Amino acid sequence: MKNKVSRRNLLGRIGAAVAGLLAAPAAKAAKTITQKVLVSANAPKDYDPSKHRWVMAVDANRCIGCGFCAEACKKENHVPEGPYFRTWVERYIITKPKPGSGAARGETLVDCPDGGIHGYPEAPMPKEEIQHSFFVPKLCNLCKHSPCVQVCPVGATFDAPDGAVLIDPKYCIGCGFCIQACPYGCRFLSPVTKTAEKCTLCYHRITRGLKPACVEVCPTQARIFGDLKNSKPDDPIQQFYQNNLVTSLKPHLGTEPRLFYAGIDKEVR
Amino acid sequence: MTNTLTNIVEEVMPHFEGYAYPNEATLQPLWSVLIVLYPYITGLVAGAFIMASLVRVFNVKALEPVYRLSMLTAFAFLLCAPLPLLFHLGHPERCFEVMMTPHLTSPMAIFGFVYAWYLMAVLLLELWFDYRRDFVAWSESTPGFQGLLYRLFTVGVMDESDASVQLDHKIGHILSVVGIPSAFLLHGYVGFIFGSVKANPWWGNVLMPIIFIMSAMVSGIALCVFNYMVLTWIRRKTVDMKCLDVMGMYLFYALVVDAAIEALDWIHRIYSAEEGFQVMQYMAREKLFYTLSLGQVACGTLIPLFLLGLLQLIRRRVPEIQRRRMYFSSAMLILIGVLAMRWNVVIGGQLFSKSLRGVMGYKMEFTGLEGWLMGGVLLCLPFVILTVFVKLFLSERLPTGGHVPPRDAGAQTLRPARS
Repeated sequence: MKNKVSRRNLLGRIGAAVAGLLAAPAAKAAKTITQKVLVSANAPKDYDPSKHRWVMAVDANRCIGCGFCAEACKKENHVPEGPYFRTWVERYIITKPKPGSGAARGETLVDCPDGGIHGYPEAPMPKEEIQHSFFVPKLCNLCKHSPCVQVCPVGATFDAPDGAVLIDPKYCIGCGFCIQACPYGCRFLSPVTKTAEKCTLCYHRITRGLKPACVEVCPTQARIFGDLKNSKPDDPIQQFYQNNLVTSLKPHLGTEPRLFYAGIDKEVR
Repeated sequence: MTNTLTNIVEEVMPHFEGYAYPNEATLQPLWSVLIVLYPYITGLVAGAFIMASLVRVFNVKALEPVYRLSMLTAFAFLLCAPLPLLFHLGHPERCFEVMMTPHLTSPMAIFGFVYAWYLMAVLLLELWFDYRRDFVAWSESTPGFQGLLYRLFTVGVMDESDASVQLDHKIGHILSVVGIPSAFLLHGYVGFIFGSVKANPWWGNVLMPIIFIMSAMVSGIALCVFNYMVLTWIRRKTVDMKCLDVMGMYLFYALVVDAAIEALDWIHRIYSAEEGFQVMQYMAREKLFYTLSLGQVACGTLIPLFLLGLLQLIRRRVPEIQRRRMYFSSAMLILIGVLAMRWNVVIGGQLFSKSLRGVMGYKMEFTGLEGWLMGGVLLCLPFVILTVFVKLFLSERLPTGGHVPPRDAGAQTLRPARS
């Protein structure tokens, strides 16, 4: 069937297309400028966020649960004492199934006393009953579709062009909506500033050419940090992608985390 | 050393069972009793307004005696609706940023606009058009400060001609028509704030806005029944039974729809048994047993459904005094039940970890910002404001025209005839 296109219709469509063509780059430019301004608050003046794409990865096979990363983060970022963490390390213990139970595996126990900073107590069962035990460092999942950014009523939390998800503390109203929306429990309301806080990838460090504190102190290189816009094939982050099959947490939520894990079990959420 | 430290952590959080992300292991939920009251009060506003709209838009004559009371109820509660939200903010002084620089993808960002629209463009205007002629009359007949107040409320529009009054009625009607979707928007929107949180399986639910709207209507009508009966009792008047029966009828039908949708929600959850269902099941059985099974389901739904349903069937055989008691107790139970429902949604959604591996207990403190005392004050405040409104705008000593002429000589209703 032939579609009839009236003159009025056609003119309308052309007008809309032209308006769209004119508006889109302008909007994009405005957005970039705004974000640059926001980002520059924490970064050196000559730092250009559009030239970087920071990313983090975790190789859980390497993590020994020393908790140095969580401790370094607390100190580096002046994270308040108590149950407030920008990063932490969880311990998973999967027991063997009871004989004759017909199950493939036993129970899964998870703990993380004080974020893992001071280590872990003895496992509550003898070694022989444990099928698997491993540690999983947790931090901001750097979601491509961040629910925390989506729900912030004032836009105080935002995706920086270089991949970090940041919060403007002078703008945050402390409603806690982002904390509710983060599926990974990576945010908290600071009792000191009364604003939301989270992992910034140590923005004040990475914009000055340093690594995040947790990456810096990790004795086993379980945490890998890199810049996707400026990395060479032999960079640790590229090596990580090359050598591992990776997964992300809670993929069914569609947040598309850019933080990839290697060596974790299905029990990790 | 390790053991000692672990024990300290356990001492701080004895109320946690299983595992929670470390940031979740706080002593009380992030959104606490203030956020329970916020949807509760907003729902009462929406429900009371829809109740009033039955008179204006759907021309339900029997409800005329409660029209103004319902409108004033909606107004008094609307004034208090944002207070819990405001007090809860970490930085309340930055609250205007929500309206000045809203982030348009946020379900919370538009609340300021929806609220302002509803308060300024719908409720205030409709009340003003409804009362304008009375303000003119009262400003002439009332001496002193109160008279001056009425004169101020006229905003200088003293025209009492028929044409002018007709225009008032016409605009009032239009505003009422606009007000119904606005009331739905206001409260459906509050439901969406919770329903949009996909990280939380208790909240992230497409039915949430509809559940909120229906429970709002139920609670709003129940509040009007409660207010009407209390006010007639205080004034030693007789309750207009026809009006009460009709209110009871609407309350029953709204409750049937509300109960059906909430049941549908649970049936869907149980049948699909998605991730997190086990923890929700545990919550319903253990942590929320009193507020969910007893408060929301038994007190707030089943008993009122039975009482109101019975009255629909055998109303004529029940003596008036019994009917009054049944309506009053149903309204009270519904008001408690809907409050329990808000509690179950808001607090319930935070009593389990998003790791779905642990649950926590919660004991509300007495004093403090999130305590019983503050909750009680915020819940009583709208009634205090309503009392002032009733004294000012629904006084027995004031002659009233109203938007519809009174049906008969006054004693049966709260609106004495114009002298």
